[in-house]
Amino acid sequence: MLGKLTLNAIPFDQPIPLIAGGLVFLVLIAVIAWVVIRGHLPYLWHEWITSVDHKRIGVMYTLLGLVMLLRGFIDAIMIRSQQALAFHAPGYLPPEHYDQVFSAHGTIMIFFAAMPLMIGLMNFAVPLQLGVRDVAFPTFNSTSFWLTATGALLVNLSLVIGEFSRAMWLPYPPLSEYRYSPDVGVDYYLWALQIAGVGTLLTGINFVTTILKIRAPGMSYLRMPVFCWTALAANLLIIAAFPVLTATLAMLLLDRYLGFHFFTNSGGGNMMMFVNLIWAWGHPEVYILVLPAFGIFSEVIATFSGKPLFGYRSMVAATMGICLISFLVWLHHFFTMGAGGDVNAVFGIATAIIAVPTGVKIFNWMFTMYGGRIRFTTPMLWALGFTVTFVIGGMTGVLVSVPPADFMVHNSLFLVAHFHNVIIGGVLFGAFAGVTYWFPKAFGFRLHEGWGKAAFWLSLAGFYITFVPLYAVGLLGMTRRLQTYDVAEWRPWVLAAGVGILVLCGALACQIMQFIVSIRQRELLRDLTGDPWNGRSLEWSTASPPPAFNFAVLPNVEGEEPYWEIKRRAIETQQLTAEPDYKPIEMPRNSPTGFITAFFCTITGFALIWHIWWMVGLGLFGAYVVFVWFAWRDREEHVIPAEDVAEADRARRRVRAQWLAQNEREEWLAAHAEVSEPA
Amino acid sequence: MESSAADARDNIRSRCRLRTVSRVLVVLVPAAALGGCAGGVLQPKGPIGAANAKILLDAVGIMSVIVVPTIVGLVAIGWWFRASNTRARYQPRFVYSGRLEIIVWSIPLLVIMFLGGLTWIGSHELDPFVPIASNAKDPPLEVQVISLDWKWLFIYPQQRVASVNELVIPAGTPVHFFLTSASVMNQFFVPQLGSMIATMNGMQTQLHLQADRPGSYYGLSAQFSGDGFSGMHFTVRAVSQDDFEHWVAATQQSGGPVLDRNGYFDLLRESCDVKPFTYHSADPALFAAIVKRNLPPGPGPYVGRAGPGVRPIGCG
Ligand code: HEM
Ligand SMILES: [Cu+2]
Repeated sequence: MLGKLTLNAIPFDQPIPLIAGGLVFLVLIAVIAWVVIRGHLPYLWHEWITSVDHKRIGVMYTLLGLVMLLRGFIDAIMIRSQQALAFHAPGYLPPEHYDQVFSAHGTIMIFFAAMPLMIGLMNFAVPLQLGVRDVAFPTFNSTSFWLTATGALLVNLSLVIGEFSRAMWLPYPPLSEYRYSPDVGVDYYLWALQIAGVGTLLTGINFVTTILKIRAPGMSYLRMPVFCWTALAANLLIIAAFPVLTATLAMLLLDRYLGFHFFTNSGGGNMMMFVNLIWAWGHPEVYILVLPAFGIFSEVIATFSGKPLFGYRSMVAATMGICLISFLVWLHHFFTMGAGGDVNAVFGIATAIIAVPTGVKIFNWMFTMYGGRIRFTTPMLWALGFTVTFVIGGMTGVLVSVPPADFMVHNSLFLVAHFHNVIIGGVLFGAFAGVTYWFPKAFGFRLHEGWGKAAFWLSLAGFYITFVPLYAVGLLGMTRRLQTYDVAEWRPWVLAAGVGILVLCGALACQIMQFIVSIRQRELLRDLTGDPWNGRSLEWSTASPPPAFNFAVLPNVEGEEPYWEIKRRAIETQQLTAEPDYKPIEMPRNSPTGFITAFFCTITGFALIWHIWWMVGLGLFGAYVVFVWFAWRDREEHVIPAEDVAEADRARRRVRAQWLAQNEREEWLAAHAEVSEPA
Repeated sequence: MESSAADARDNIRSRCRLRTVSRVLVVLVPAAALGGCAGGVLQPKGPIGAANAKILLDAVGIMSVIVVPTIVGLVAIGWWFRASNTRARYQPRFVYSGRLEIIVWSIPLLVIMFLGGLTWIGSHELDPFVPIASNAKDPPLEVQVISLDWKWLFIYPQQRVASVNELVIPAGTPVHFFLTSASVMNQFFVPQLGSMIATMNGMQTQLHLQADRPGSYYGLSAQFSGDGFSGMHFTVRAVSQDDFEHWVAATQQSGGPVLDRNGYFDLLRESCDVKPFTYHSADPALFAAIVKRNLPPGPGPYVGRAGPGVRPIGCG
């Protein structure tokens, strides 16, 4: 009746996951109870859960990413403290538990923290920057989000029911085959990723369509903000790479469930096929994560330097170059397979070539700052910390792209330090820069600068204190994923990394404080102008938070920095553009499709993991019914009357008129003019 | 007497540590030279390790030429053009410069071309399959390496002996390894001797290493392979040619177990933290049979237990 599921699946003998899972469960129940009792449920349902508004979905993605970041960080603390204790000693985590912790750490951080953060920020900002009302397929968008949430839910469910995979964040066979991992851990991993992966693929299709097909009038490709370009590149990569992931994991599923022999030790299976395929997805994946971050930094650095981005066309070329080359280098993840000098050299050089466009980007950011008037706000600090940190990470990346050098540090903690160097210093710093940068746009008030800066400095210090020792100990030969070790030379470095994670805990505390303090002082931090940073692209031209339809009238784009142009013209002519003729706006109706589909997918995934076949049928049937029901809908849109549009826009215009009145023409022009002689 | 010896040891240890610190700084801030106390890949004890380490340091050196000025430039420009600095010139129209663009593209390109040459030559010269050019009079020693759950088996086909978790080799003589795995994937790695290489079931890889001087070197698996992975380390004992021959003779005459098919099946089962031991006789045909998959792969965790349980059972 319940397949493999019995009471044994609850880990009564393992207090840590049980207590952790139990606590999460209690908190969840408490939150739901609070929502229901306070009567917030209808609001949540109508305004968020069923919302197809790209801004709301972006916020939910970001929130999911931040919550999962917390979960992944707790895993990180466990890994570092286990290693700190495990010199000549068993530590406090036995292998069967420790192995789950690091597998979950990597899986959660990549798929359910970094990806949702980046997709969330793209969701929020891309349509606004393009000057349009929503993405191409709003209901798809909501479905994508809820499918990603399903994956996250399944991974976390494994804490209390059964266990998670012990076969690393990329489940290399034959270790991940049924023979060596007969428990449900790998199945949790596989189904969670398959379901979330469908969501991600839909996101890719959605955004590529949006960027290619839906832009404000006059917004030609070469007038798009660089963030839109990087979003385009990242989503092209998603479309090309995620099917590879899905197919690869599907083959592993066939091996595990139906006795196929794609990657097994018998029947002619070949595990290196998996390794090739998974990295053919895996390397593009790292650029799916970091390209949007590059875009965020481009926006942030230009805005806070008070200058347009230097070398815009170079930036675009570099972005698309990276997009292409990132597909041609996957073998650098297994140089030690022994493919021979020619193969290794070709892939090594191809890998190093990626550093060229990356280097170009760094120089262009540098020249953007050159001649600027830099304001050291929190987003700008994250961006500056990124540039320096990423240069180091890129350098160690190129180092491991030289095969003979990689033969010495592959899979060592040096490698671990390399990719944390680029992922923390690149992706996470980018996410925090993006969150602090666009937060006032999303909620109408800024985040507290003091706590934000504290979080930044502690993150920067914590990052270096944690990972410089890991570079060192990697050079001393320490490999990754050790549960215990007995080499005395490694110990001081492992302990130092343990100190670093404490500093990062401090950073996390400041980050949380930043949110709490900002929400409590929101009246103080309120931004009524919609343009708190003196921004340059279209998202700052609308109100904060933007109305559901984003723009009362789609903006007419005449240059690379449309909003800056609008502001300059307003100042020069001392008047706002004439009030437009407001028309009713059609917007997509909210739809519970995504949520309900995801609900049935959760059931299906859970049932597949535990071999509860009737429940699989039920889940699939339910999902199909939702699909049919959605396809047969006859009302797709609702109309926002012209008066409502006019009212919202007139309020915005009043604020802009005030801004205009406050800025003296000559003064403003002088302040933004080229200075030819040093003062 | 004793305490002063301990002091001396402490002294050496702390000096080693200091040197390690500075050595690591070398990689981060390239400057100094090689030399050695026990430790990692930057204190190589053989030609392969030395060549790899040299390439690693060369690559760091080449890149530092561009990386260090870039970092300095970023910090300096970021600081000088702060809004509060009235001496900095505001140039909002400095957004494009053809000349700068050319420089910006060509500098990284040049560095990468240089590095590409290093990669091309290094990849071929240091391909693990390529034998070590050696003027030693002895032919290379052949060793067959098999990774099992969770230990290393070393078979000496010419000597017809075998050992587990301890590898004894003659110093100064190249060693030619043939490697495979009896179950899941691993990486055979002796940091101080040089290149690591994967061991894969149903496949054979090769590796050539050499220890220049007698000594004992730490070896480990560099690929996570399951619950007993942390215990998959071994010692490489490089000894003089005479001592090696003594060791072989002593092993052949010892009363240890025999590595035939049955002995192999015993070893194939999962076990953790296996203490080193030797086989006084070993079947040299075993290795080929494993590579060709004529012998069954490692049975995994549930052998001898009823049904696939829900709960994993680790090494504990
Ligand atoms: C200049 C750019 C970069 C170069 C040349 C580079 C090169 C490499 C190479 C050669 C490896 C494999 C090393 C080994 O396994 O021994 C590697 C691993 C890795 N890199 Fe990079 N990398 C670069 C940038 C990035 C970026 C931007 C990210 C992510 C945002 C990233 C994430 C990773 C990850 C996650 C791994 C290891 C995955 C694993 O084994 O679990 N890298 N990198
Ligand atoms: Cu890669």
